[in-house]
Amino acid sequence: MNTEMIKVRAHARAIEIIAQTLFTVCALFAIFAVAAITLYMLANGIPAICEIGIKDILFSTIWQPTAQNAEFGILYIVLTSIVGTMMAVIIGVPIALLTAVFMAEIAPRKVAALMKPAVELLAGIPSVVYGMLGLMILNPVVYRWEQKLYRGSETHQFTGGSNLLSAVLVLAVMILPTVLSVSESAIREVPQELRASSLALGASRVQTIFKVVIPAAKPGILTAIVLGVGRAVGEAMAISLVSGGCVNVPLPFDSVRFLTTAIVSEMGYANGRHRQVLFTIGLVLFIFIMLVNLTLNHILRRGKE
Amino acid sequence: MRTKISDIKIRTERLNIYYGTVHALKDITVRIYANKVTALIGPSGCGKSTFLKSLNRMNELTGGVRTEGGVYLDEKDIYSPQVDMAKLRGRVGMVFQQPNPFPMSVYDNIAYGPRIHGIRKKSELDAIVEDSLRSAAIWEEVKNRLGQSALSLSGGQQQRLCIARALAIQPEVILMDEPTSALDPASTLKTEELMKILRTKYTVVVVTHNMQQAARVSDDTVFFLNGELVEAGKTKELFAYPRDSRTRDYINGRFG
Repeated sequence: MNTEMIKVRAHARAIEIIAQTLFTVCALFAIFAVAAITLYMLANGIPAICEIGIKDILFSTIWQPTAQNAEFGILYIVLTSIVGTMMAVIIGVPIALLTAVFMAEIAPRKVAALMKPAVELLAGIPSVVYGMLGLMILNPVVYRWEQKLYRGSETHQFTGGSNLLSAVLVLAVMILPTVLSVSESAIREVPQELRASSLALGASRVQTIFKVVIPAAKPGILTAIVLGVGRAVGEAMAISLVSGGCVNVPLPFDSVRFLTTAIVSEMGYANGRHRQVLFTIGLVLFIFIMLVNLTLNHILRRGKE
Repeated sequence: MRTKISDIKIRTERLNIYYGTVHALKDITVRIYANKVTALIGPSGCGKSTFLKSLNRMNELTGGVRTEGGVYLDEKDIYSPQVDMAKLRGRVGMVFQQPNPFPMSVYDNIAYGPRIHGIRKKSELDAIVEDSLRSAAIWEEVKNRLGQSALSLSGGQQQRLCIARALAIQPEVILMDEPTSALDPASTLKTEELMKILRTKYTVVVVTHNMQQAARVSDDTVFFLNGELVEAGKTKELFAYPRDSRTRDYINGRFG
C-alpha cells in the first residue's frame, strides 16, 4: 500500500518535469527562430552596405544591377513601399472602419452573422488569387483611366494598367479583413453603458457612434491600422502581378517596384553583389516590419494604462 | 395640496410593458411629484428598473419591447409619435448604476450633452461645466484637472461626474438607476446628500436596493413586486405604517 503510493507520486512528479521541459523547449524554439532570422538578415544584409556605402544604396535613385558599372540605388524602391502602403491605408482603412461600425452597431444581428464568415473568407484567400483578380479585372480598368488621363502625352510610359494605382487598390482590399475584424471586435468591446449614457443625453445613434464609441475603441482601432500596415508592407505575391515592376518614382500611373517585389522578381537569377543588395533590401523590409511591431507594442501598452 | 395637478411632474396610466412574451410591468398607475425624491424599491426583477427606463424611453434600446398605456410628462404623452427623442431625453436625464464617464477629459464629459444640443460658444460651455460640477458637489475636487481624463478620477468622483454630466443638459427630471450600488460608503453618503440638494431644482426618481437609503433620501416611495405596483405613498408613512403585508415583509427584510 505504502510503496504503491510512493510509486504513484513519483510517476506524477515525472510527468510534471517532462511537461515543463516540453513547454520550455517549445518556447525556446520560438525565441531561437526570431534570433536566428534577425542574425541571418543582419549578416547577409550588411556586407553590401559596407562595400557600396549606405549613401549609394539608400539615397541613390539609379538601380542598374548590370555586370559593368552596376548601380544599386534603392531609394525609389523604398519610397514605393512607403507611398504604396500609405495610399492603401488611406483608401482601405476608412472603408474597413465604416464596415466594422456597420457590422457592430447598425446591421441587424442576422446580417452581421452573414457578413462575419464572408470577411473571414476574405482573409483566408491566398494572396496570389488577389493578384490574378487584379490582373484580370483591375488592370484593364486602370489602363482605361490611364489612357484618358495621358491622351496625347509623349513622355508618359504607358503601363497597360500595371502600375502603382493597381497595386494600391489590391493592397487596400487585402488589408480590409484584418483592419475590419480587429476594429469590429474593438467596437464591440465598448461597454454598452457608454452608448446608453450618450443616448440618454439626447444624442442620436450616429452621434453616439462617432463621438463616444469610436473614441472609446481607439486603441483597438489603432492596433487594427498598424496590423493593416504590416500586412501591406510585407505583401509581395499579389502586387508583383499588378504593379508593373520598373524602378520608378512612385506615381499612380507609373510602373513601380516595391521592396518585396524587387526580391521576388530578381532573387531567382541574381548573384554576387546583386544578390547581396537584394539581402540588404530584405533587411530594410525587416526593419520596417520591426518598426511597425514596436509601434503596435507601444499602442497596446498605452492602451492598458 | 398634493393632488394639485401642477405638482405632478410625471404620471403613468395603466402602463404595461412586455419583453417579448414576458409581462414585465402590469397596469402601473403612479404619480411622481415635482421637486421630490421618489424611491422605487422592490426585489431584483420586480420591474422597478424597467419602470424607470420607461420614463425616458430608454427601454426601447432593447429589441422586442412593447409598451402600452401612457406616460405623461407635464401632462404630455411622451409615447406619442410626435415626441422628439432628443428633446425628451434633454428634459429627463439619467444616471446609471456603474459610473461610466466617457473616455475623454472631465471638461469634455460635461460639455458633451450641451454640445449635442447645439451649444458651441466656449464661454457658455465654460459656465455650464462649472455650474454642473458645482451642483454635483465635485467642482472643488476637479477644478484644477478639467483637462485630465475622467477615467483618472476615483469611482465616487466618477459617479458624481456622471451626475454633473446629466445636469449639464439642464433637465427637469433626473432618473437614477441604483446610483450608489457600486460605490463605497463614504461616496454613497456624498451621493445621497447630493440627491437631497438636487430636489430643490429637479424632480428625482431613484431606483434603490437599499431600504435605509430609500428611507433616508426619498419623500415618496413606490414598492414593486413581480411587475405589479403593491404600494405607493409618502416614504415616512409607507415605512411606518405599510398597508400591505407584502410591503411590511419586504421593508423588514423578510425577503428580497
